[in-house]
Amino acid sequence: MAAKLKLENVYKNFGTLQVCKGVNFEVNESELICLIGASGSGKSTILRCINLLEPIDDGRILLDGIDISEPALDPMPIRQKIGIVFQSFNLFPHMTAVENIMLAPKRVYKKSVAELEPQINELLQRFGLEDRASYYPDQLSGGQQQRVAIVRALAMEPEIMLFDEITSALDPELVNEVLDVIRTLKEQKMTMILATHEMGFAREVANQICFLDQGEVLENGTPAEIFDNPRHERTRLFLKNVL
Amino acid sequence: MSAEKSSTYHKNGTPLPAGVPQISRRQIYENRAKRRSIITASLSTVFVILLLSFLIPLTPGWEEVKKSFFDWNILVKVFPALLEAFLVDIMIFAWSSVAIAILGLVIAICRNASSPAFYPLRLFGTIYTDVFRGVPVILAIYLIGFGIPGLGLDRPWNNPYIWGSLALILSYSAYVAEVYRAGIESIHKSQKAAALSLGLSQMDTMRYVILPQAIRRVVPAMMNNFISLQKDVALLSFIGPVELLRQAGVYKSLLANFTPYVGAAIIFLSVTIPATRFADHLIQKQNKQRSQ
Repeated sequence: MAAKLKLENVYKNFGTLQVCKGVNFEVNESELICLIGASGSGKSTILRCINLLEPIDDGRILLDGIDISEPALDPMPIRQKIGIVFQSFNLFPHMTAVENIMLAPKRVYKKSVAELEPQINELLQRFGLEDRASYYPDQLSGGQQQRVAIVRALAMEPEIMLFDEITSALDPELVNEVLDVIRTLKEQKMTMILATHEMGFAREVANQICFLDQGEVLENGTPAEIFDNPRHERTRLFLKNVL
Repeated sequence: MSAEKSSTYHKNGTPLPAGVPQISRRQIYENRAKRRSIITASLSTVFVILLLSFLIPLTPGWEEVKKSFFDWNILVKVFPALLEAFLVDIMIFAWSSVAIAILGLVIAICRNASSPAFYPLRLFGTIYTDVFRGVPVILAIYLIGFGIPGLGLDRPWNNPYIWGSLALILSYSAYVAEVYRAGIESIHKSQKAAALSLGLSQMDTMRYVILPQAIRRVVPAMMNNFISLQKDVALLSFIGPVELLRQAGVYKSLLANFTPYVGAAIIFLSVTIPATRFADHLIQKQNKQRSQ
């Protein structure tokens, strides 16, 4: 089976700073892959590149075998297939939760509120937000805001979801309610890429772990392989420091 | 203060534990400092007013000035007509401000257009703001207000109301466009990233995500522009419309007395001072929200 998403030798520089130095990995349909590594190892940048928020300098990103990193491509239809959730939620503060969620499907798919309502209500209910629909972001807790952000991305019915350290800005007691969302999505066979510092969670849910070090995938494998038998000294050192 | 001393309860109704002083040393100190600053401010204000009202009448020209600027009878006589002329200012202000709010936004969006196809728009926006911010408003009024009717247009197109308003609109739109632009640039780029990542187009991102936040943020700054527009409507008196300032000038010549000008000033102030206070209030409210 061909990979759902494949990164081939991806390079990304910010000025003279090399952030990605030939990143390779692939994700299969319905697979959950966790990117781990120290801050600055390039996890967030890779996710932003996959979503085409940042253009890559060299290499290819293939979605269903099609090169989406082609510079001449219109990014809009591709972004609709790839949802992303950010560390800092980035909800639109002037809209209620449900307006945040409905904006893109309304504008991009030209659907009416009446058409969207059953689907959105179902999503809100599934993630315990049904009584928060008409609240503004600043009236919600961090965990609720992040769940709204996830539902907002899901409302576009993406084929892949990217999560960029989505629990790093949350109070510890709120982390689990957001991680539960990912557990639910895994049950529903969503293809997902997580950049995360939650090692216990990565071990529990991931099919594959990628350890990134200074812009390269140093090693990847199953959680057991990476956590129990790391091959590289650097991986061992990193895990020793975070576990 | 004796009431506070005898109270054994907190403001929220819970009894104070024994041994805690009912009013803290700090509170006593702050109350005293506050009282002292109020007394000092009142005394110094009264002193300055007394001094001025004593000194000014001592100047050699005071009697003359009093007669020609502060004649109560004349003020009462001309005030109703001045108020009526002020309606013209309000009218010009009303249509100009709507046009300025719209044109300013269009110019700001032009200057913000990033696609190379829109380069002419960006160039136009930049030149426009440079030119109209660089020319004194009164000069724009003269050039447009006298220049365009000079082309020999027929009625109603030779009307100074139209061209005077246009001069105000063009000048003020340049300033207002800069305020909008500052607002657009103040919205964090993560908002744009979030909108684009959902698959929204650049235009929808601007319209539904960036602009609503930007405009809300610049409303107080915008109000200051409109307050000065309210005053600058009087500049149109130089090219013809009989608005408040012009009407006061007519009475000045008629009565050989400057009191009508003082009347005009009173009318302008009665609008601009409340408006300024309101804008300050909005700015303060916003600062408070942002620092939370």
